[in-house]
Amino acid sequence: MSKDNLPNFVYLDHAASTPMREQSVAAMAPYMSGMYANPSGSHRFARIARKAIDEARDDVAEAIGCKAGEVIFTSGGTEGDNATIFGAARRHGGVAVCSAAEHHAVLHCVENLNGQVVEVDSTGAIDVAKLEKVLQDPQNAGRVSVVSVMAVNNEVGSISPLRQVAKVVRANSPSAILHTDAVQATCWQDLREISKLVDVLTVSAHKFGGPKGMGVTMQRIGLEIDPLIVGGGQERDRRSGTHNVGGIMATAAALRETDSTRGAEILRVTKLRDALVDAVISELDDVIETVARDKRVPGIAHLCIAGCESESILFLLDEAMICASAASACASGAMEPSHVLLAMGVDPRFISGSLRMSLGHTTTEQEIDRASSALIAAVNQLRRNKTAPRVSASK
Amino acid sequence: MKVLVAMSGGVDSSVAAAELIDQGHQVVGVTMRLWGGESDTGCCSVSDVDDARRVAQQLGIDHLVFNFSEDFNKHVVAPYVQAHVDGITPNPCIECNRHLKFDRLSERARILGFDAVATGHHAQITRDAANVFHLTRGHDGLKDQSYVVYMLDQTELAYTMFPVGHLTKAQVRDRAVELGLRTATKPDSQDVCFISRTGGRETFLGHRIEFRKATVVTSDGVLAGAVDALELVTIGQRKGLGLPGGGPKQFVVDVDTPNARVVIGSEDQLLRSGLAVNNVMWADQAPAIGSTVLVQCSAHGAALPALVQSLSPLVLEFEVAQRRIAPGQSVVCYDVTNSFVIGGGIADASNPTNT
Repeated sequence: MSKDNLPNFVYLDHAASTPMREQSVAAMAPYMSGMYANPSGSHRFARIARKAIDEARDDVAEAIGCKAGEVIFTSGGTEGDNATIFGAARRHGGVAVCSAAEHHAVLHCVENLNGQVVEVDSTGAIDVAKLEKVLQDPQNAGRVSVVSVMAVNNEVGSISPLRQVAKVVRANSPSAILHTDAVQATCWQDLREISKLVDVLTVSAHKFGGPKGMGVTMQRIGLEIDPLIVGGGQERDRRSGTHNVGGIMATAAALRETDSTRGAEILRVTKLRDALVDAVISELDDVIETVARDKRVPGIAHLCIAGCESESILFLLDEAMICASAASACASGAMEPSHVLLAMGVDPRFISGSLRMSLGHTTTEQEIDRASSALIAAVNQLRRNKTAPRVSASK
Repeated sequence: MKVLVAMSGGVDSSVAAAELIDQGHQVVGVTMRLWGGESDTGCCSVSDVDDARRVAQQLGIDHLVFNFSEDFNKHVVAPYVQAHVDGITPNPCIECNRHLKFDRLSERARILGFDAVATGHHAQITRDAANVFHLTRGHDGLKDQSYVVYMLDQTELAYTMFPVGHLTKAQVRDRAVELGLRTATKPDSQDVCFISRTGGRETFLGHRIEFRKATVVTSDGVLAGAVDALELVTIGQRKGLGLPGGGPKQFVVDVDTPNARVVIGSEDQLLRSGLAVNNVMWADQAPAIGSTVLVQCSAHGAALPALVQSLSPLVLEFEVAQRRIAPGQSVVCYDVTNSFVIGGGIADASNPTNT
């Protein structure tokens, strides 16, 4: 079943995954059929594939603001996060540090290494003063090998103060590798501005209109990080495995398109997002915008709704053909209480009714109108039925 | 009707969903995520959610997962642990039915606009001429589960459906095979879902409470043995009491928690003429004082005739004296024809003689 089979569907879950851009699908297609050679081969057919990924690498480097040799193609954000943190720890030992609101792809690595998790402020962004304290702690001083701080939070959309983070890390732990998970930043922030602050940067292609199973990690030349995946050494020994040529082409195409349309998209999507939130808040009491608008990216509308449960809101939105999400889902598909909202200290009265609606390159004004009406109706139904006495329909 | 069917990933609830679809209902499947820890007992684990989802896909219905793990911990797991501390023998599956399936889930179903909640229990809901709902035993006598859902009152009975209650287990399996469902040959779930088969109750409780050593004494107070964990001893138990072999059979006849003493005695000393029952729920009207009911005290135990001596508290007097029912066990009353549940409650803990 595709979206074409569900014509009335409103898609507000771009932070989970985005529709592939046409350019991305087109770039991938030839390598899914005719051009199947392995780019590491030595014949002319292989050289065609090699040329394709070399060009793609140049384009990706341009959009990130790094050298082509610093681009590593991976299987996605989770691999980039794991490879950087475990790779740094394996090479240098020491202490790994991250924020409490990181994606689990970072948080679970740091916890696995018994590292340090730094508190966040009420927006979900790392508390820089607390970070400084951790770095200066005599137990950690001189021993911190890697610091990982996300550029944009995936649940609530808050923007991290990476400039201050970099300053504090360089001043207190000059030998530490600074990594940023920029998975949720790609659509809304110029990666060149982020990459110049850090040593390693990770993005995931399906979050910006590319294919699933593809990611890019920018790793500064000369950094010492042990590879997570060893074998044929295809990505300059920093990552092995036969190149996913079609995936790489599609990733580069999606990133080019994202980079060239970003400025206009920020304006367009901010307007839509604000209209959505304004419509909901003006109709419903006891709804809070989890993070102030100027502290988060345009694509995320995160609300906490008192008197409702996320699973119930999502069910009613789903019935109305609106796709949204709450916190992260576990392997069973159940909603887990959000570690991000807990770390932010959101009022418990609101925390169980969290809702993330995330917008992107295909979002239209019509979708926003339908989503706001459906959400208002859903919340009204849930609040009304919750207070109603328990009665049964006669069978 | 719009029906929410609770799908555990087992064959009964899989076929329950299929039956509802056949009856023309608008069906949505849901699996409750209850226990966050490990499970190897064939219930609640991620692979069971996978089975439920796959069956729903095969049947062409939507499938949801609701995370009720916090409620499960509060209403089932924590009380289970505390009961052991208090010397009570709890039935967590019944508490899960009471608090999760027929409270939390049915409440959510109502809020979301469903007309009924269905489960795969082997029980039936019938309605008499006076429009009273009866929780009737399942058609398959060997698989009847009316005992574990005895807490349903008229409001819940009106909102609940048991689509496989009229089938035998063999018919349920045949139906699943016919539909090509992957759960067709899955073994029935056993034991308590949050207690692993490998670790058992002892490991589970050992991680949560400190076991108390206790002495084992005869009813005359003569020291006879010792146990390492008073909390694991149950009324009627015969093994694991550190008693020398030979001699007449000895049973636990009382667990004296305050004094950390286990009292043993002969089978005769275990017999009681009746028992008191707490937290009583009636499906409809309470029975008349002096009337006879059939009393069942375990999931597959016999239902034995008893006289209703009083209603508050509920005191039942057996026709023939029975082995003492461990406090904490559910006591369910059926009508004299042994066909439907009248009501039930929890065997009293405060009264060591039970009557």
